[in-house]
Amino acid sequence: MNSFVDLLISLPELFLVLTAMGMMVAGVYTSAGKAYTLISNAAVLSLFGAIGLVLFAKTGTTLAFNDLFINDGFAQYIKIILLLAAALVILIGDRAVRKIKIAHFEYPILIIFATIGMMLMVSANDLMSLYVGLELQSLALYVVAALNRDSLRSSEAGLKYFVLGALSSGMLLYGCSLIYGYAGTTSFTGLETAVAGASNISLGLLTGLVFLIVGLAFKVAAVPFHMWTPDVYEGAPTPVTAFFAAAPKVASMALFVRITMGPFQGMADQWQQIIIVLSILSMVLAALAAISQTNIKRLMAYSSIGHAGYALIGLGAGTKQGTTAILIYLAIYIVMVIGTFACILCMKRKGNSVEQINDLAGLGKSHPAIAAALLLFMFSMAGIPPLAGFFGKLYIFLAAIEAELYSLAVIGVLSSVVGSFYYLRIVKVMYFDNLSDELDSVTGKRISVIISLCALTILLFFLSPSLLVDSASTAASVLFEK
Amino acid sequence: MMVQAIAFYVFAGVTIASAAMVIGSRNPVHSVLFLILAFFNSAGLFVLMGAEFLAMTLVIVYVGAVAVLFLFVVMMLDINFVKLRQGFLQYLPIGGLIGLVLIVELLMVVSGWVVSPAGLKTAAINSQAIDGVSNTLALGRLIYTEYVYLFQASGLILLIAMLGAIVLTLRQREGVKRQRITDQLDRKPEDSVEIIDVKTGSGV
Repeated sequence: MNSFVDLLISLPELFLVLTAMGMMVAGVYTSAGKAYTLISNAAVLSLFGAIGLVLFAKTGTTLAFNDLFINDGFAQYIKIILLLAAALVILIGDRAVRKIKIAHFEYPILIIFATIGMMLMVSANDLMSLYVGLELQSLALYVVAALNRDSLRSSEAGLKYFVLGALSSGMLLYGCSLIYGYAGTTSFTGLETAVAGASNISLGLLTGLVFLIVGLAFKVAAVPFHMWTPDVYEGAPTPVTAFFAAAPKVASMALFVRITMGPFQGMADQWQQIIIVLSILSMVLAALAAISQTNIKRLMAYSSIGHAGYALIGLGAGTKQGTTAILIYLAIYIVMVIGTFACILCMKRKGNSVEQINDLAGLGKSHPAIAAALLLFMFSMAGIPPLAGFFGKLYIFLAAIEAELYSLAVIGVLSSVVGSFYYLRIVKVMYFDNLSDELDSVTGKRISVIISLCALTILLFFLSPSLLVDSASTAASVLFEK
Repeated sequence: MMVQAIAFYVFAGVTIASAAMVIGSRNPVHSVLFLILAFFNSAGLFVLMGAEFLAMTLVIVYVGAVAVLFLFVVMMLDINFVKLRQGFLQYLPIGGLIGLVLIVELLMVVSGWVVSPAGLKTAAINSQAIDGVSNTLALGRLIYTEYVYLFQASGLILLIAMLGAIVLTLRQREGVKRQRITDQLDRKPEDSVEIIDVKTGSGV
């Protein structure tokens, strides 16, 4: 065993772990006033450094640490999205974090640790490393949800997330133990042989897989395992909510893909039904429940449930095209979500952040630039061409039709139409409702730059979609060439 | 052999007796102390079975951490256990019924228990002890070589648990006077000692 090679393969993770620990030490020895600024800048730099390392280490599929860790094109694609999302979230949340007095230097460090956990998740090649990565991510997220400890709602969100997250981890572990018991191995490579070689799938293995899927469905917030999402999204501090909506969702969805398309490929006809039901329920419930929401963070929670449903369509297809579509969808989703949350973070009245949809009234007149950006994001989420969100949905539905899942595609399109109602309602409130109290003008160069970058990406995506589509299909093909 | 049998019966007997006392004793502090006694005796049972690593972890983790935590909780929270026990008689019938059902189920499972001969053979293959390698050594070899990645990642999880506990609970209080040794050492006689010329009969 050559351990040095192992370390090289996991270089981005190793780099982040070491810098995060270094930052913990630096944060303690810096005076309280300066620590947050120093550490959050260092965190953003190290996240971008890690992106560089992921790109640098781009070499085929390699296993490390006794086959517990895998680094392939798929993992690298997801890791780049995750790192980018984490860095952007720290940047856009900067002012809000100071305002609600949660600017502890531990905040960016916890975000980094959560990101490391997600990177371990997408690089898992064993049920054990899957669980360790998942737990690393979840534990850091529980803490950041409750970070605003003077706010009752934030503490409640943290506690709720913790208790329900522990429950889902328990179910996932139960599933893992059943799978281990009936397949005799925890390694994905071993499981793949066990599943492919079996003449008839044992009931125990199937039950284990169902529990595993339930645990993962909880993490991606697919209906009926979505109950925690609106409360946690609403209660957690807004910059944290932005992170919740972006990175963990992508990581869990990637893990979903890795497990179902990898070791359990041979049982596709079994898990496909579950995924299709999850997908339909998520899309329909999200579209209907979001209509009556008045809080924009709750609305975004339902929107994220709906998006999880759309992404699951691609998984339900169970084809390479479906996987490619998921990867494209996730990348576009991240840009839309970060852009939208950057706009939400700009919503302030007399210095205090507001989060009701009615507070947006008259935004079109008072802040035309922000309103235009939010309009783009909402149109894109609703899937209106030629914005990027339309292409995301297009590839997903195409994959479903190619896999002959016509009814799934039709339900998807219908719920997308219903869903566009609440996205368009925001646009209506912004442009056609009378100005209530005017919101503060946007402060901060970084957040304006990020909003404009996201908006431009969404707007100009149609000019060369191949940039993203090609890399997504290369990443997806890794899972299918064996 | 004789000594082993005696040791087994002593450990097992004390374990069961102290376990009964955990539920039976009136004072919750006594309950926790009996729990610790039960842990120690189960550790003895593990040693008898040749699982010295499990025995050590049981003592370190359960006695050292969990039981002491219980003790703190019992002493600090000041829960009125007498009140908690009220209504015991009221719920006895239904509780007893459920207990009875569980016992019957257990008996049915245990009486119908058959170990397949093939399973026994494979179990024997897997659990053959290597000469001169103790449990602890074998586990250590696995954890620090094959599973070093998981070991390190679990370490990270513990680090986050610590970080989270500090972030969520540590509060800097206002107006607390702390001893600053550097300030104390920096003091010079001129800053703190003043020589006043007192005239006779006038006071300071």
